[in-house]
Amino acid sequence: MTGAEPIADEEVDRIRAQIERDAQAGGYHLHPDPSFTAGLVRGLIENERRYGYRSCPCRLATGTKEADLDIICPCDYRDADLVEYGACYCALYVSADVKAGRATVGSIPERRPRRAERERRAAMAPAGSLPGGPLPFPVWRCTVCGYLCARAEPPLQCPICRVGQERFVRFI
Amino acid sequence: MQFEHVHGTDRGVVRLYALSTCGWCAKTRQLLTDLGVAFDYVYVDLVGPGEQKEVIEAVEQVNPSLSFPTVVIGDRVIVGFREKEIREALA
Repeated sequence: MTGAEPIADEEVDRIRAQIERDAQAGGYHLHPDPSFTAGLVRGLIENERRYGYRSCPCRLATGTKEADLDIICPCDYRDADLVEYGACYCALYVSADVKAGRATVGSIPERRPRRAERERRAAMAPAGSLPGGPLPFPVWRCTVCGYLCARAEPPLQCPICRVGQERFVRFI
Repeated sequence: MQFEHVHGTDRGVVRLYALSTCGWCAKTRQLLTDLGVAFDYVYVDLVGPGEQKEVIEAVEQVNPSLSFPTVVIGDRVIVGFREKEIREALA
């Protein structure tokens, strides 16, 4: 498609196994249909080759990492979609019920705000203090899983969902 | 715009805006193919940077969320892989 070397099935299997291992460790599940999952993993690899990061296969990336941070898999919207619909937007991740065949999933609405709204939210400054007074440390929030920590800088990797430091935002 | 044409029964305007990497887009394209209708599709992620702006504007006109797949069937716009709605629109 892009004229680059085609993505080998072995590579798709290897990355899929890696993603599945991380998913299970965090209590997440991948879509039970192996061919559907393989197609999405192939899309992630394609996007990694194209943009340099694993942007959501079902969303249009800009190619600028900063602008696409929220849709790098796992995206900022996965957990809310799992709770509400039993699957994330592309359906790579599904709920335990869907995994076990007790529920089905389909195409779901896009939760990601439009660009103007994303920019407005990003510009909102953290309070820097609580009603009780200023804090000795800033509080950082993982935009993927919501993990909070109070320290000078966010961790290099989220200890809960394993995404990188760049996915943290100043919360307080 | 770089649409690919798929031959089939003429049902007026049937247009699919899709991403080449997306599982729901693949299912939508397969459904349209299985239904045997003539349609045009474009993989927006594969459009050259020079033309992408134009394609994005075209999608946003019918679906301001700029999400995929977006299917235009006559004057109807169907966002997402909605098999029942697509079948109904083409019935």
